Amino acid sequence: MKAKYQRLLSAVLAAALLSAATACGGKDTPDESSSAAASGDAGVYFLNFKPEIAEVYQRVADAYREETGVSVTVNTAASGTYEQTLKSEIAKSEAPTIFQINGPVGYQSWKDYCANLENTSLYSHLTDKSLAVQGDGGIYGIPYVVEGYGIIYNNEILARYFALSDKSVSIASADEIRNFDTLRSVVEDMTAHKEELGIQGVFASTSLSAGNQWRWQTHTANLPLYYEFKEKGGDPLLTGLQADTIEFRYAENFRNIFDLYLENSTTPPGLLGGKSVADSMAEFALGQAAMVQNGNWAWSEISGVEGNVVKADDIRFLPIYTGLPDEEKQGLCVGTENYLAINAKVSPEKQKASADFLDWLFTSAKGKEFVSKELGFIAPFDTFTDAEKPADPLAREVLRWMEEDGVASVPWTFAAFPSEEFKNYFGDALLEYAQGAMDWDEVAGIVRSSWESERGQT
Amino acid sequence: MEKSLKRYFILFAVPTLAAFLAAFVLPFLLGVYLSFTQFTTVTNARWVGIENYLRVFSENAEFLRALGFTALFTLTSVIVINVLAFLLALLLTRSIPGTNLFRTVFLLPNLIGGIVLGYIWQVIINGALYPMGKTLTASASYGFWGLVILMGWQMTGYMMIIYIAGLQNIPGDVMEAAAIDGASPSQTLFRVTIPMVMPSITICTFLTLTNSFKLFDQNLALTAGAPSRKTSMLALDIYNTFYGRTGYEGVGQAKAVLFFLMVGAIALIQLSLTRSREVES
Repeated sequence: MKAKYQRLLSAVLAAALLSAATACGGKDTPDESSSAAASGDAGVYFLNFKPEIAEVYQRVADAYREETGVSVTVNTAASGTYEQTLKSEIAKSEAPTIFQINGPVGYQSWKDYCANLENTSLYSHLTDKSLAVQGDGGIYGIPYVVEGYGIIYNNEILARYFALSDKSVSIASADEIRNFDTLRSVVEDMTAHKEELGIQGVFASTSLSAGNQWRWQTHTANLPLYYEFKEKGGDPLLTGLQADTIEFRYAENFRNIFDLYLENSTTPPGLLGGKSVADSMAEFALGQAAMVQNGNWAWSEISGVEGNVVKADDIRFLPIYTGLPDEEKQGLCVGTENYLAINAKVSPEKQKASADFLDWLFTSAKGKEFVSKELGFIAPFDTFTDAEKPADPLAREVLRWMEEDGVASVPWTFAAFPSEEFKNYFGDALLEYAQGAMDWDEVAGIVRSSWESERGQT
Repeated sequence: MEKSLKRYFILFAVPTLAAFLAAFVLPFLLGVYLSFTQFTTVTNARWVGIENYLRVFSENAEFLRALGFTALFTLTSVIVINVLAFLLALLLTRSIPGTNLFRTVFLLPNLIGGIVLGYIWQVIINGALYPMGKTLTASASYGFWGLVILMGWQMTGYMMIIYIAGLQNIPGDVMEAAAIDGASPSQTLFRVTIPMVMPSITICTFLTLTNSFKLFDQNLALTAGAPSRKTSMLALDIYNTFYGRTGYEGVGQAKAVLFFLMVGAIALIQLSLTRSREVES
């Protein structure tokens, strides 16, 4: 009897060990929606790129499940970690069925995983077919949002400045700022009057902490390099992709605007290594700064800040002027690096379900409402009527600049940058420059040499 | 007894062995294999031989720089932590009121995770540097000492507990004999106490050495390598190579294998060195 009891006990213990071991090996997908996503049938798994709208996607997924019964799992990669997350997620058995690539460069590394989307209904609705990512005889990425960036300003503060009796500039409104020199004199005079204006600095912090440098090493850098490639002839993006070396001939223009940001900021340059993009946007939202460089996607971030004082009617865009000739004709930087791709390595049912979900999101009444009202996308599909254009003020500003006569948008050329690593070297150099540990010639030298070495390696 | 051990071996040991095999040995072997391949995800590898290992050294100096930084950091933190921990242990084995409270307090930092500690210390250090208009990223030496302070704060308490256990194990008669023979306090310390706690010193140097050498979370949270990767340690450099760049997965994997060999070699050398100094009481 006793022996039997012992045997039973040891069997139970062994079973406990075994179950503990298997429990450890269980799946650990973070941030999963409440639905039973693991069900092997036609579940859609969307790996989202934009953390700032992750919460909206969750609601989109819930609405879609309610309507169609198809479960959609939304998983969001933390800021700046999309490639890492995608890399580890796609190797799992429950791989993302919809993921994002950042354009022709991203397509090169995810080629094996991108399904041909040529026959999808979504592609047929794309207004400008040339925007799609094309590859070996097919369409592998569909842009779902056009975005623009520039210098966002709070017109209420600018209006207060232009009302000052002792201002040193002759212009009377921010609309008249059409080149770098005017911008500089306005900004510098505003800094001199910052107590009267009740701001801590004209520009919000030039965020340079790790992972928060993209506004400069990608976005601002787009301008000098776009003009350099344009002068070489041909399509600037393709010229850039083929460039083994760059002159960085407009380095001084980059420096112009970067110095302006640093010297007229809410934060002394030495402290910028601790600032994040979220810090800068909060400063802007709280009215501590009058301007901040960012894109239309920032509106949700600004309006979501507790104690936000920036009114939707007062928020405007200004192109990033850098002191190049003919700047009056320069508009915002408009383009996209957000392309949807469907994972070619999941089952055909899942691919179909994924295409259906995207189709629903961008063509059905309910989906479109999410897109224009909550996600705030300027979606390049013919299913959107004028009335359905996004409601958020920055998106409307982008459209206004795009439609303005005699002004040409600057296309996004940073997809031609050789690698993320290039941008990181650039950003690290900018941090050291801001902290006074590096002079400008060294920064420009690092930009040139890392372009060459990174291009050589990929 | 022998027989029943054999009979139940399968029942008790196999689940653990299977888990060990599945969660440790197989991934390790797969990792070594992948270091000889070019891959994007672990399932589409293509054999390239030792090319990845050559690229570790040929393409940029980051691995070697990280190695230098790591070596310097390890050396500093092993000395700082062990000296501090030993002194605290000596202090807290005297009859001071509140000894238990102090022991607990010094151990507590060890219970907080590395990422959290990294961010907490980042805030503290940036706060301290604020009046100077600087942050931790101002120069690599700030990051270095920040890491030493952070690591010291975290590990000292743990090592102290081990030293306390060692000190309490010294037989009273040995100390008494030393006192009767007229040994001075410093003679007692260097001739009696330290040789007697050599086993603790072995384990403490082993733990601090390997933990400092493998440091990752704290490094990522505190500096993330800023400025310009001058404060990247080996583990962070491997992580950045593997995840940060397309086409470099194999190189990152090769770095990881080299890293494993280094950690293994250093730990074995250290163990044999300190073991040889241990004495029987």
